[in-house]
Amino acid sequence: MNTLNKRRLGAVALPVFGAASILLIWQFLVPALGMPAYILPTPLAVAAKLVTDWRFLLENARPTIIESALGFLFGNAVAILLAIVFVHSRTIRGAYFPVVLVFNTIPILALAPIIILIFGLGMLPKVIIAAVICFFPTLVNMVRGLQLQSANEMELMRVLSANRVEVFLHLRLPRSVPLLFASLRIAATSCVIGAIVGEWIGSNQGLGALIIQSTFNYQSDRLFAAVFIASALGLIFYGLVAAVEHRFVRRPR
Amino acid sequence: MTSPIIAIEAAGLAVGYPDESGAVAPVLQGVDLSVARGEFLTILGPSGCGKSTLLRAVADLLPPSSGKLSVLGGTAEQARRRRKVAFVFQDATLLPWRTVRQNVELPLKIGRGAIETPIETDAEEWLALVGLAGFADRYPNQLSGGQRQRVAIARALLCNPSILLLDEPFGALDEITRDRLNDELLAIWRRTGTTILFVTHSIMEAVYLGGRVMVLAAHPGRVQEILDLSAMKDADGRSAREAPEAIAAMVHLRGLLAAGASAS
Repeated sequence: MNTLNKRRLGAVALPVFGAASILLIWQFLVPALGMPAYILPTPLAVAAKLVTDWRFLLENARPTIIESALGFLFGNAVAILLAIVFVHSRTIRGAYFPVVLVFNTIPILALAPIIILIFGLGMLPKVIIAAVICFFPTLVNMVRGLQLQSANEMELMRVLSANRVEVFLHLRLPRSVPLLFASLRIAATSCVIGAIVGEWIGSNQGLGALIIQSTFNYQSDRLFAAVFIASALGLIFYGLVAAVEHRFVRRPR
Repeated sequence: MTSPIIAIEAAGLAVGYPDESGAVAPVLQGVDLSVARGEFLTILGPSGCGKSTLLRAVADLLPPSSGKLSVLGGTAEQARRRRKVAFVFQDATLLPWRTVRQNVELPLKIGRGAIETPIETDAEEWLALVGLAGFADRYPNQLSGGQRQRVAIARALLCNPSILLLDEPFGALDEITRDRLNDELLAIWRRTGTTILFVTHSIMEAVYLGGRVMVLAAHPGRVQEILDLSAMKDADGRSAREAPEAIAAMVHLRGLLAAGASAS
């Protein structure tokens, strides 16, 4: 019991110590090396900016949160539905899976301007970019997950005269859940990237726009504060996904 | 026209797996077999002789490529759709996200329309029958190999099948556990009167369990001999493992298997 507590303490204390040591070195090394504050601010300066500008930062985080959350839901939903179609129809899969694979080789940075061109400057193109980024890992994982059943398990279902829907609900779907959540965890952080990339290219609000503007204006303390918020957003999404998984997926020890 | 006494009848039966071109290479051929209701038939043979293939044909997992196969007076498909045939695989094939109770009750959740009569049955009862009372809320990975196989048997029994097919169910278990499960299976067989086809590669197991032992030869898979042991079984259908008659039968079977192996 005592050693377990010690281990738990270590799991929290060690990363905190690691981060604190780096921040401390940063805090003292930056001025010591003569690095100007408008290029690289100290951690304390960034923290101060977070405190003084919190309302402004939060205002800009709002569209980013909405875009990434909608992109997450939309991209993953389409991926899951398409995966279900793919594992049930060899023909559709044969025709469209290669197309999706090739589509995925287009860098998101190259694709984003096209999406902005088509869908304009509103929130929709950012949602789509975030969705595109979530879509592919979930599709691939889900197609694999829905085919994880063993030959014996399929034979068991046949002996029980199960139809396709029953095989899906009682075998394929539960088998795929661990892989689904693995890709949802990835999507939780990448959807924020998608939204920010979208805002870089065509927006005057949101964390992405704030990052670009602060860079051009040498407001590096505000830039770092925006980066900090963006990272925190990804962590919060990740935590939400992990919480849902913990709540709904029974993990037999 | 369900026959009251014949459970499974095969005449000139050939079964195989289709290759890429769709042509079926028979794994097993020329099988003539008649299994009476309530019989315990063990099937013995070298690997590749089609022991499992025969069970899969009876369970309608593989179609016969030629010959006749009748199960409970109809086709194998009809018997499967009526839920009259249950299958126990070598690995227990339990779904790891379901508890023991949920695994046993899986047949109730599936194919409701296929069941002739609605089943009102209690998983606990079947778990007690296989010696797992009190294990209902565990998960499969909390059980030993022998316990998992018992759960698989309870799940198979839940549908009250007329025919129980077991494909080397105890093959991965240690000798002592296997002996105990053999005795429990015999007890279940006597209690339920189910027709059992039991594939094994243990000569001892085949002789101890079977009223008849069917020996298959490989390349091509065919019936080599069907040995009737009913004379040496006592009223309960049980034979002593070390009785002279059992030893003699084992020696005979060992000779048959060796001859089949050297011919291939």
